[in-house]
Amino acid sequence: MIAPVNALETGHLNKAFGKLVVADDISLTLPQGARHALIGPNGAGKTTLINLMTGVLPPDSGHVRLDGKEITGLESDVRVKRGLVRTFQINTLFPKLTPLESVLMAVLEREGISGQWIAPLAARRDAIDEAFGLLTQLGLGDDATRPTHDLAYGQQRLLEIALALATKPKVLLLDEPAAGVPKSESAALFEAIAALQADISVLFIEHDMNLVFTFASRITVLVQGRILTEGSPDEIAHDPQVREVYLGGADHG
Amino acid sequence: MDPHLWLKRKGRISPYEVVFWPIVLILPFWLFPTYLSLSSQIAITALFCISLDLILGYAGIISLGHAAFFGIGAYAAGLLSAHGWGEPLSGLAFAAVVAAFAGWIVSFMIVRVQHLALLMITLGLGFLLVELANSLGSFTGGADGLQGIDTWKLLGVWKFSFWGKTAYAYSLAVLFILFLVCRRIVRSPFGLTLEAIRENPDRTTALGAPNRAHLQKIFTLSAGIAGIAGALLAQTTETVSLESLGFQRSAEIAIMLILGGTGRLYGAILGAIIFMVARDQLAGMNPQYWYFWIGLLLMIVVLFMPRGILGGLERLAALGRRR
Repeated sequence: MIAPVNALETGHLNKAFGKLVVADDISLTLPQGARHALIGPNGAGKTTLINLMTGVLPPDSGHVRLDGKEITGLESDVRVKRGLVRTFQINTLFPKLTPLESVLMAVLEREGISGQWIAPLAARRDAIDEAFGLLTQLGLGDDATRPTHDLAYGQQRLLEIALALATKPKVLLLDEPAAGVPKSESAALFEAIAALQADISVLFIEHDMNLVFTFASRITVLVQGRILTEGSPDEIAHDPQVREVYLGGADHG
Repeated sequence: MDPHLWLKRKGRISPYEVVFWPIVLILPFWLFPTYLSLSSQIAITALFCISLDLILGYAGIISLGHAAFFGIGAYAAGLLSAHGWGEPLSGLAFAAVVAAFAGWIVSFMIVRVQHLALLMITLGLGFLLVELANSLGSFTGGADGLQGIDTWKLLGVWKFSFWGKTAYAYSLAVLFILFLVCRRIVRSPFGLTLEAIRENPDRTTALGAPNRAHLQKIFTLSAGIAGIAGALLAQTTETVSLESLGFQRSAEIAIMLILGGTGRLYGAILGAIIFMVARDQLAGMNPQYWYFWIGLLLMIVVLFMPRGILGGLERLAALGRRR
């Protein structure tokens, strides 16, 4: 029997800054269509792991595979073109551009026409329709032509996701998508994520356990750069080690 | 708001533009014929300033050595003419290719550094080229400047005369055509991508954009346009000096762009006009104090109009409309 190909897979990833080990032998698999949560205390190395997966940081050893193909040595932008896309914990947007322009830029890059300078932007009608459609879908249609720095914080979080979706990802890595969003709005934000096409594989970092247990079908717990355990929400909820980490005893780092 | 309409409006030609170009065409010929040679220098400087705006205003690459490409273009066109080929348009094309090639080589370094390192590399490049041109005196004329340039009649018809009518018409025409090209560039998908990289390079990478390739492309284009500006100066004044490569020219062009306003093309033109006219007038009154006034003007503009004079005017106009 041939093992099914995983959408994303890391094998024995290691990374240290001097004596500080931030990733210790991390092997994680994300099957196609996964809704996988990555949890753990502050400083556990969750964002570092995303940086290792996306090529922002080079690992000291280990490999990353996308669709079964080795991508460990590839540049970040090449990984994005292959379908591995992330969002950022702190809004990482284009302050002076409008949401329309921002998402349009992402669409044009995906279509491979971002270097084209003969025809004006306004002539790219299909790309404009797609960008605007995506913004409308995330409830940003009315604010699509205001400068991004004028948008409310929650709207900027949605724009983060709109940008990532504009690249048509196969694997989406969401770094605390609801960080700083009021509780009343974070559920709506996760509804948008839950409504993503089923074949997109999603790995998300989240601190709100209600959201984690509602939207994740699998959970990995990371502590001090190591995988403590992995399992279904039910298993994680009843794991004594996890309780130990979250309820006291262990170093909160 | 309809997104198509909004993007179209952003790219449309404003009534100010329709008024601006005929005025700069007619004014020197009609009212200030004694200022024709200054006018052609302004047109050339404006073109050079636009080339800097492409990289600084749109792509966010700061340079204190952009005169390197201006000078390379000037020497390329000058040497071609001094060696027997004085046809102006092919001279411009030759200078553009040489300067763009130099820009492409340099761009490999430029896109790997940022901030202070970028300033130092561009600054160093300028110094390096001045000394190189100086030491190759038998070839470039060294400190005495390149002699023996003879610019042929434009299109075989118009002679470059002492009064500078042909020179101004020629410089203005080249400025106008290349302005239209640059305007195309900044309003295209490529222009939008550059602005996004300027705003947040980490994010464009995370969206799959090959930042370095994009930046190398605009840097090469910008160097080519700077080279054309340099060639225009060589052809219309029939001399090239070491100063055309020098730090002072690089610094002045940055000052003009910041005075006028970055990232809007017209800011580059306005900055060049204000700077060159002010220098002409103030230097006539008290030559040694001229930099005092330009220093003061620069500080006032940066403090009170952070987006330059044109940016300030736009804000005033927006306030006026709201009332």
